[in-house]
Amino acid sequence: MITYLKILIESPEFLAQLLISGMLIGAIFALIAYGLALILGVMNIINFAQGELVIFGGYLTYTLFYQFGIDPILTIPIVAIALYAFGWTIYKTVIYRLLGQRDIFITILATFGIAILMQQLMQAIFGPDVVTANPELGMQFLFDRKIIIPNIQIISFLISLCVGAVLFIVMRYSRFGQAIRATAQNSRAARILGIDIDKVYASTFAINAALCGIGGSLVVMIWTIHPFVGLVYTFRSFMIVILAGLGNFVGIIFAGMGISSLENVIGFIIGAEFQAAFIFCLLVIILIVRSAIARKKREYLE
Amino acid sequence: MINKILGTVVKALVLFGLMISPVAMADTISLGAAVSLSGKYSTAGNHTKKGYDLAVKYINSMGGVSVGGKMYDLEIIYYDDESTPARVASLAERLILRDGVSFMLGPYSSGLTKAIAPVTEKHGVPMVEANGASRSLFNQGYRYMFAVLSTSEQYLQEAVNLIAAYAGKPASEITVALAMENDPFSQDIRAGVIDDVKRHGMKIVIDDKLPRDLSDMTSTLVKVKALKPDLLVLSGHSKGAALVVRQMNDLGVSVKMLAITHCESAKLHDKEKFGNLADYVLCAAQWAPSVTSEGAMFGSASNYSQIFVDEYGYVPPYQAAESTAAVLVMADAFTRAGSLDKDAVRDALATTDMSTFYGDIRFSEAGNNIAKPMLLRQLIDGEYYVVAPSNVATTNLVYPRL
Repeated sequence: MITYLKILIESPEFLAQLLISGMLIGAIFALIAYGLALILGVMNIINFAQGELVIFGGYLTYTLFYQFGIDPILTIPIVAIALYAFGWTIYKTVIYRLLGQRDIFITILATFGIAILMQQLMQAIFGPDVVTANPELGMQFLFDRKIIIPNIQIISFLISLCVGAVLFIVMRYSRFGQAIRATAQNSRAARILGIDIDKVYASTFAINAALCGIGGSLVVMIWTIHPFVGLVYTFRSFMIVILAGLGNFVGIIFAGMGISSLENVIGFIIGAEFQAAFIFCLLVIILIVRSAIARKKREYLE
Repeated sequence: MINKILGTVVKALVLFGLMISPVAMADTISLGAAVSLSGKYSTAGNHTKKGYDLAVKYINSMGGVSVGGKMYDLEIIYYDDESTPARVASLAERLILRDGVSFMLGPYSSGLTKAIAPVTEKHGVPMVEANGASRSLFNQGYRYMFAVLSTSEQYLQEAVNLIAAYAGKPASEITVALAMENDPFSQDIRAGVIDDVKRHGMKIVIDDKLPRDLSDMTSTLVKVKALKPDLLVLSGHSKGAALVVRQMNDLGVSVKMLAITHCESAKLHDKEKFGNLADYVLCAAQWAPSVTSEGAMFGSASNYSQIFVDEYGYVPPYQAAESTAAVLVMADAFTRAGSLDKDAVRDALATTDMSTFYGDIRFSEAGNNIAKPMLLRQLIDGEYYVVAPSNVATTNLVYPRL
């Protein structure tokens, strides 16, 4: 452990490599987490099938790439549209039944059920093999080849930021964004004021699915996927949301990048087996500190 | 009322079934098997099933199994265990108690075999398994379980011997990096590799345990880049195999020798998917179509391979070959026992001494096969070539990998 720490101090290029890789891929997780935060904020639903939507998006990119010869980067808009439609369908078949459920376990059970169903269906359709869609875009060598960044990671970072920015602007300035925010604040008042909240819910869930799909396309281009790896992405987006809080877009981006970078460094110093454990410990500490601060401030509803 | 009628009907059906079943089953021996046809092991589970099926088909086409002067056909009753340990244990109960099988074939993976063994043991049902290699299976004192494959600590030991021979420097200067998934199978492999590393007096510079839900190996691979070990040994099922070749390239990491498991199931040989990224990787294999072993059934290894290709259209992975071998061992034990008594068959299994296309099979006291070595194959231009151990190698090792 001390040897590894020494390496990082003596050769900062390895530290830089870990941090840069972590930040670039962290943006993808931030994108997925943003979708989770969106439906949690607007519909009060915790989506346990988040990771499966990601993997489904990844498989679509993989299939379009190998079966139809479409460049993986160009599949992203197709996947986003397909997942939007898919998300809409899930909303209309399952999710709308969960709205207004007082018991949070019912939504967890239902979305967990969707997750299991999707895992098995993806396995039946795409097979259980580990797949990857390498776009072979080369890489960037920085500082005399000491730091290597695959171009696909840079591109996916930019794509994540762009998609996030577009969404941010839509939420802030468009009529539709206003409707979503109004529904999130007070759905009854929004309905009285003439907002079709069912449509708002449906499109919110569909937007979340589309975000997951984009994330999945990027994931299959950078790493590998198989039908049962979705939970990793669900948990990670959860962690980011807990860390950043709901509706805090900038916070989510920084939390996403921070967690991934930190995870890389921790994995380097104390071993890959403690990566996840360390992050969870950190999370517990943050929650304790937060609730302590909140207790001090003692707020009440007017 | 309706329940009563239904109950009577069911009872009648059961009685009827009991009456006809001994007649219908008279010259067929039923073997029970729970294999993973869905869930995370379904690729390998399907190989397992095909291996079993091919053996049964072949044996039946040769007239069946002779037991005490009478010929019997074999059949297998399958259930899908969905790759979950809880399911496999209850399916074993069901096979033994409801379907009345007296002999079992193993499921896929060490974890599921570990879950099923206590059940077969409790009922005194002999089980020949072909896909549970963890050595923790063989220190429980099981009497009715026999495994045709080499145990998992042997999987990558040969790589340590290879680097000792090829590194061109004293063993004390050779550095080894380990990246092993945190599951019983990979940790067994780790224990075996560490034993050999210590025996040679080499140095371990990295010893990472990969998480089970592995999705990114950046931190481990940057460590490899920093410490430049001579040998990187990795075990993380097919996801680990695919991820390591992909990310080593992305991070510009190279080692002189890379030894991993599950190359075939990760399809590293598929050039369309991995290009040249996986060239010169060393892959652990229980068996390969090119080995020189042969036996009475199926003839040589290459002959078996040909029969398998004709039947299923692809070259048999070792998971299929060892599964076929398990059925051959079971059939051989029936003949030598001369009866279908469970304990007689168990005792016959314990004294098995066979040469098969899969390799020699002799069981230790604990039930694992001690007669067959593990192979190491190198992936060269999309093909696997056996490079170790030296007495069965068909090709010279390409070293360094780079």
